This record gives sequence, structure tokens and C-alpha cells, in this order.
Amino acid sequence: MEKPDKLIVNGKRLDGRGVDDLRPISIHAHVLSNADGSALIRWGNNLVLAGVRGPRECFPRHMADPFKAIIRAKYEMTPFSSKEEHGRSGPNRRSIEISKLIRHVFENVVLLEKYPKSQIDIFIEILQSDGGTRCAAITAASVALADAGIPMKDMVQAVAVGKVNDEIVLDLNYIEDSASDGADVPIAVAGRNKDILLFQMDGILDKSQFEEVFSKVFKAADKIKELQTKALEEVYFATEKGEVKKRLPLY
Amino acid sequence: MSIMNELRRGAFIDMIKTGKRLTDRDFYEYRDIEVKKGVLATADGSALARIGDTQVLASVKFTVGEPYPDRPDEGVFITNAELVAFANPSYEPGPPNEDAIELARVVDRGIRSSEIIDLKSFYLEEGKVLMMFIDLWILDDQGNLSDTSALAAMGALLNTKLPKYEDGELVREGDLENLKLSNIVTEHTFGKVADKTFIDPMLDEEIAAEGKITFGVMDDKIVTVQKSGWQSFTKDEVFSLMDIAFKKHSELKSILTK
Repeated sequence: MEKPDKLIVNGKRLDGRGVDDLRPISIHAHVLSNADGSALIRWGNNLVLAGVRGPRECFPRHMADPFKAIIRAKYEMTPFSSKEEHGRSGPNRRSIEISKLIRHVFENVVLLEKYPKSQIDIFIEILQSDGGTRCAAITAASVALADAGIPMKDMVQAVAVGKVNDEIVLDLNYIEDSASDGADVPIAVAGRNKDILLFQMDGILDKSQFEEVFSKVFKAADKIKELQTKALEEVYFATEKGEVKKRLPLY
Repeated sequence: MSIMNELRRGAFIDMIKTGKRLTDRDFYEYRDIEVKKGVLATADGSALARIGDTQVLASVKFTVGEPYPDRPDEGVFITNAELVAFANPSYEPGPPNEDAIELARVVDRGIRSSEIIDLKSFYLEEGKVLMMFIDLWILDDQGNLSDTSALAAMGALLNTKLPKYEDGELVREGDLENLKLSNIVTEHTFGKVADKTFIDPMLDEEIAAEGKITFGVMDDKIVTVQKSGWQSFTKDEVFSLMDIAFKKHSELKSILTK
């Protein structure tokens, strides 16, 4: 791919966004009939489907914890998700690492002690990727868990911040991420108290720049949280007879 | 078989013997069908097919590859199916199991044996041909994956743009030609319980079904068959189901070309 000289010109990025702008995000909950909970998120050109199963009896049984549920998470890039070549299916080192960190995020917020000896599965399929898929995945998985009726302390929002042409920029897309010599910092936070649940970084930043990183992430998280709430309100709403569920078709 | 499945099977067999199906539909009537083409921006062709609540996403994507040694002037295509772990309570993550492999092969055979794609047109240069991957992502399994997958694959092929080959690389910008297809193939699956047959089995009907048979159809020709399950079919049954498959083919064909 051609490497563009400048990714930010007069405060505008290549896709027209300002440095503090998120890409357009839309979330739909409860899009699948067999999963206990599901969510489809379109985040710029990312398209991610999260499905949750459980809580159910833990299998294999020796994995079971007598005091709480265990979480299994699987993040998978489909072989057709990239603009480049057709990829390979199956786990690789990157997806295994991301799956592990996603598991840790939800081990924090899910009330695991309510379901001893059980397991909760979070499956994430990256259908289309354009940078920031792990953040889109975590945001969608949080909605899918809520859709499955699994009690959580809080909803989780995730977004990446990076350094592009020496500026701290919100929500990098693939070109910005791969063309910039700067940093990439994906962060997931708990919606209400902004506890940090996922925090990775590569690149070079000084401590003062982290101030800026977190303030941008926290602001963006509030916007993402609104979208998550909206997605759930679209599917779950109260009527005179009580709660009613409506299923949305995929796409 | 789990106890729940055994109970469901019993209930279903009782129903079907009295001439009823699990939902209010005729023995030879499909559930609602929908095909949405062009749902993925990263693929060269894509479609989402829905039969009832069963949903399959198909992607078509090209790379440059080497031809088979015995067919040096022909391109290659590979069909792969992934039963995504949230699509059915009985699925587990991991490499494709026998069901996924059978499914991919039945869809592949329909497209391959009908010869609707001219694989010679995939020739690029000496030792280089287009390699086409058809990926079937099973997102929601409420039964009859083969017909839904074949529909998704066909929808994606109808939506496929051929990348251009320039200086040894594939270029996907500018005016691209559509993939040429000489015809349309659809697949039609029937379940059998006792001496009763029915089209488009939904998940609980599949669990109960003792036998299944799938016909791949192109106009008035059969292009692939797969019989599975222990139950046998009589010759008369096979012929009458073929006739129904031909009728259903034109129904599905018009949905695909809409």
C-alpha cells in the first residue's frame, strides 16, 4: 500500500475526521436466534459480530470453579475480513493474545460468583477489519452479554488512541495505524467509574501525553456508552404487560 | 443423543405421522427466504442468505495461486464452511468437523459440476492462475444449512467483481468486470421420518430426521446429490422429490436474480 506523506492536513484526517472524532458507529443487539446474546457492530469499516452462550454447565468439568463461573473468549478474524489477501482461518498468536485479554476484561465486570461451576462463552467474529477491531469487539461483546441477560457491574467501552504526525488522535483506522510511526494505545474502560480494563500500547509516548490519551478515551467512552444503551433499548422495551423482546434481522 | 433431543424427536415423529409439521407449513414449502448481496466491503463478492432463522454469510475472494499440475490452464476454487461457535448450542470452537466438511463439499460440488464458472478464464500467465475462495460463515443454524449455504454462495458469486491482474498483482480499483456465470445452481434438501418426506427441515426436524437428501439443480438438470443419515429412500421417492426440487429451483432462482 502507498504510504501517504501526511495523515493530518489542516486538522483534518484522510477520511475527513478531526483528531477527536470517532468513526461512525452503529450497534444492533439480539441479531441471532441461537446465541443467548448477540450484537453486531459497524464501526467505520469494521464489522464485528459477537455471540454469547451461557451461563451453562462447565465442560470439560475439571475446568469448573466451584465458587464462580469461568469465561471463555474467542476473537477470530475471518479470512475475508482484510482488504488484502485471503487469510487463513484458525487461531494465530495475535488472536490468542487478544482473546486472552478480552477474557480478562469481562472477568472483571461479570458477576461470576452468581454462577458457580458454570461457563460463559464469548465468541467474536471479525467480518470486516479496518483497524481497531479489538476495541469494536469488546464494545460489541459487552452488548451481547447484556442481551444474554448476564449480570454485570458495568458496561464496557473500548477505543484506541494513537499518535499520528506527532498529534494524539482518537480511533485510528488501518491506514493511520500502519502508516504512522507513532503510537497505538487500545484501552477499555468500565462505563461509570472509568476503571481501566484493557490497556495495551506500542510506540513511544511521554508521560504527559498519556494524560491526553486518557482524557480522549474517557470522553469517547461516554459517547460509545450511549450507543450501547440505544442498541439495547431498541430491542428491550417495557410495555404494559412487562418486558417485550423484539428480534432484529442481521444487517 | 441428549434426552431433550430424544423428547423433541418423539414429539415431532408423532406430529408428522398425523400430517403436521412443527410450524404451520406444508410438507413441501420453504420458510421465508431472503438473499442480500454485497454485504462485505473487503470481499470481492458477498451475500447473506436467510431461510427462516438460519443465516449464512458467504464471501468470495481471489488471490493469485498456482494451477493444479494436471490442469495448468485452469484456475482453482476452494469452498470452506465454518460453523461459528455461537450458531448452534451444540457447536464447539475448533477445526472444521465432519458436518462442516460435508456441507462445504456439497455446496462446492453443486457449483463445480454445473460448470457455471469457466475456470479457463482464471488463467493469468504460465504457472499463475486466479484462486477463488468461497467462505461460508454459518452464523445462525436453525436447520437446512446446505440450501441456505448454496443460496449464500450463489448470491455472492452473482455479486462478484473480478480483480484485474497487473504486474503480478491483483488490482481492485477502477472499473471491474463481473464474474461470468453461465447459469444458476440451487440446492434443495428433504428430510425423511418413517415414510414421510418434507422439504427445508428446520433444526428440530433435522434432529428427528432419520435420513436427508439434497439435490443440486440447474434448470432441468440435477448437478449434485447427497444422501445422508441411516434411513433409506425408495426409487419412487427419489424421483418424486426430484420433481419437487425442479419446481423449487425456479422459486429460489427468481429470489436470487431479484
